[in-house]
Amino acid sequence: MAAYLLRRLVQAVLILFGVSLITFALLYVLPADPVRQIAGRAASAQTVENIRHQLGLDQPFVVQYGRYLLGLVQGDLGRSYLQRTDVSTLIAARLPASLLLMVGAIVCELALGLTMGLVAALKRGTALDQALMVGSFVGVSAPQFVVGLLLLYVFAVRLSWFPIGGYGSFSHLVLPSVTLGILGAGWYSRMMRSAMVDVLRQDFIRTARAKGLKRATVLFRHALPNAILPVIAMIGIDIGLFMSGIVVVESVFGWPGIGQLAWQAIQRVDIPIIMGVTLVSACAIVLGNLLADLVTPFIDPRIKLQ
Amino acid sequence: MRAFLASTVAASALTLALLAAPAAFAEDKAAAASAQAGEYTPDPDAKEGGAIVVTYKDDVSTLDPAIGYDWQNWSMIKSLFDAMMDYVPGTTELRPALAESYDISDDGTVFTFHLRKGVKFHNGREMTADDVKYSLDRVTNPKTQSPGAGFFGSIKGYDDVASGKADHLAGVEVVDPSTVKITLSRPDATFLHVMALNFASVVPHEAVEKWGADFGHHPVGTGAFKLADWTIGQQLVFQKNADYWRDGVPYLDKITFEIGQEPIVALLRLQKGEVDIPGDGIPPAKFREVMSDPEQKARVVEGGQLQTGYITMNVTMPPFDKKEVRQAVNMAINKDRIVQMINNRAIPANQPLPPSMPGYDKSFEGYQYDPDKAKEMLADAGFADGFETELYVMNTDPNPRIAQAIQQDLAGIGIKADIKALAQANVIAAGGAKDEAPMIWSGGMAWIADFPDPSNFYGPILGCAGATPGGWNWSWYCNEDLDKEAAKADSIVDPAKKDERDKMWSDVYGKVMADAPWVPVFNEQRFTMKSKRMGGADDLYVDPVHIPINYDYVYVTDVQ
Repeated sequence: MAAYLLRRLVQAVLILFGVSLITFALLYVLPADPVRQIAGRAASAQTVENIRHQLGLDQPFVVQYGRYLLGLVQGDLGRSYLQRTDVSTLIAARLPASLLLMVGAIVCELALGLTMGLVAALKRGTALDQALMVGSFVGVSAPQFVVGLLLLYVFAVRLSWFPIGGYGSFSHLVLPSVTLGILGAGWYSRMMRSAMVDVLRQDFIRTARAKGLKRATVLFRHALPNAILPVIAMIGIDIGLFMSGIVVVESVFGWPGIGQLAWQAIQRVDIPIIMGVTLVSACAIVLGNLLADLVTPFIDPRIKLQ
Repeated sequence: MRAFLASTVAASALTLALLAAPAAFAEDKAAAASAQAGEYTPDPDAKEGGAIVVTYKDDVSTLDPAIGYDWQNWSMIKSLFDAMMDYVPGTTELRPALAESYDISDDGTVFTFHLRKGVKFHNGREMTADDVKYSLDRVTNPKTQSPGAGFFGSIKGYDDVASGKADHLAGVEVVDPSTVKITLSRPDATFLHVMALNFASVVPHEAVEKWGADFGHHPVGTGAFKLADWTIGQQLVFQKNADYWRDGVPYLDKITFEIGQEPIVALLRLQKGEVDIPGDGIPPAKFREVMSDPEQKARVVEGGQLQTGYITMNVTMPPFDKKEVRQAVNMAINKDRIVQMINNRAIPANQPLPPSMPGYDKSFEGYQYDPDKAKEMLADAGFADGFETELYVMNTDPNPRIAQAIQQDLAGIGIKADIKALAQANVIAAGGAKDEAPMIWSGGMAWIADFPDPSNFYGPILGCAGATPGGWNWSWYCNEDLDKEAAKADSIVDPAKKDERDKMWSDVYGKVMADAPWVPVFNEQRFTMKSKRMGGADDLYVDPVHIPINYDYVYVTDVQ
């Protein structure tokens, strides 16, 4: 177990290194010049070169990347070109909001997805089953931008049940969580349905029924735990989906998380922020996957980590 | 440049005021008289107190006046800081601010500012001439990385500071605690405008030294408001500066800026009464709906804007090296149709300067839309069968649609243009490379003037100085004779000769249009929406300088 963990951690570091190298290289070859954005239109060529030199952007790629890595291993994510603040400060200020949204979204997608999947499995082959599966398909395919605006319009503007965007209270959290959760709910409902259908076919369920147990007991004591655990283990893998989702959802709802930060930075070629958010997201994804793998043997003792 | 940073905002069309301003003042005779004297008559109906909510989509990056150059922080900085000069609210007319008065030497190279006494920074210390010198040294120091440093290029000693050879501007001299003498290396008619820019704001050295690079998050100025709270990425709270040196203003006690709100969400919240000013304006998709609802339309203020949207033709790339070809293109573009396409949020243009800019030539006719004649001219120039070219454009709405309209118009005279829709930064990079972009539609990056002076549309975007790699003169037009004329116009410093100077600038732009490196397409109008309870003259909501609105002079009607 310890050896496995060590190996995975080394892998994780290598992945992060790879991500940083690729992102840095992509930003390096970008034709847009961040110095021009900083210097402004009134700047003379000399001012531009001055700034370029101060930021070390006149150095060859290897030196620039080396410097970045050197800072990185010391926990320094650099300084935003345009916000003139440490990237770590900016991310730290926004990370709690993104994490909160992620928790909200996980609760939403599990509650929605598992219920839908369960009902669909029990009503297999009926119109309800088909309707739910079509619903999940729509949930998976609908652009989050559209879902978000739709929810905003119906529940915040028309019905006034929730505030129109913003941050600060539980009611602010609901709509963005649902928007983000609908996508995952689509996946989960399908996984839950097939897992449940699978379990219900197993011999031990037939035995339980044959023993004369109540339907509810069979379902909730015997079938559900077996079907639900593998599904829940997927949450770790979901984090990648969340990371791409928050960029859109946070913008629609004015949610002050790192997705919004990334979006603004991309538009303005603020390379240190883009790098920082990319690395933080990559970290989250790698950790999520690792977590998913570590949890699996506890859920299903047949699986052993090697 | 502000337009450039606030790309989508500018693209979706907002802003500036001037068009209506002179007329509005003429109606009010008292105001007209005082405006001429460079003064402002306070609004007799103004009420003190109350708080408003303003929203913006993008983060406020910094409130450091030496650095801030965004759509959203421009006006905020104006309310936190003051400079030697500013403008009569709602107009483009200069008035003294931290300077009580000023003298200009006869040769136009020495400006002496006499400071107002008893002006205090938010930290309680009195502002002196040393602070003025410190602030100018700071903004021009390359270590500050100010996007506005170049504006101070006419101050003597600027080159030494810019190149790192000196720490202080030789031309800025503290005569006594309330007098600053600034010597220029050449006469500069725009210098008073420069001294009204945010970049010329006076900052206290002890606060800058205390916070270092974080001064932008802990601003200390002399302005009408002070920063009370800032939650990064969420909101900023401005509190009234009770000790403000101008009597009677500001009216509001508090302004809350909520950040990260999409314009469409801001509009919905405005309709519910949760927001007073959506800082990014009316989203294009909602524009028709708002304007067709009388109740909402009544709360929209329309004004001119110191902005021009144009097509550049790279004069170094054949066939645009032929003047006749460029003129033909000028006649081929149906500007009325393009304006209609963006819901009449602009007016057709025929010259580089916008109508609200001094020096705008009302009698200038430009190139009339005449595709038949354009075709003829193209044939005479040897392109009877047209040619193929590329049109670069920023990839956010409405720019690709506008580019398609241009493409169709060009096709009408036989020019086949491929549209290259790219991210803003990439279009700018292509424009700054000599042989890359034959044509560029400037929308979303278009020039919004930094100060209301005709010279502002020339140097970097039409002069030889801008025609360098990485520059902003995307047509690479360089006419040295015109550069000389421009320099001559800018050496006329005497305010009494302003009309003469404006006339000279009109001539310069007239000659530019004869060479036709641009197709001026339209001047965006600005539309500011406000909540029902907002009070104050319309001019304040489309202030040409305090963009989007003048926070110091607006008020709410529902207090007391």
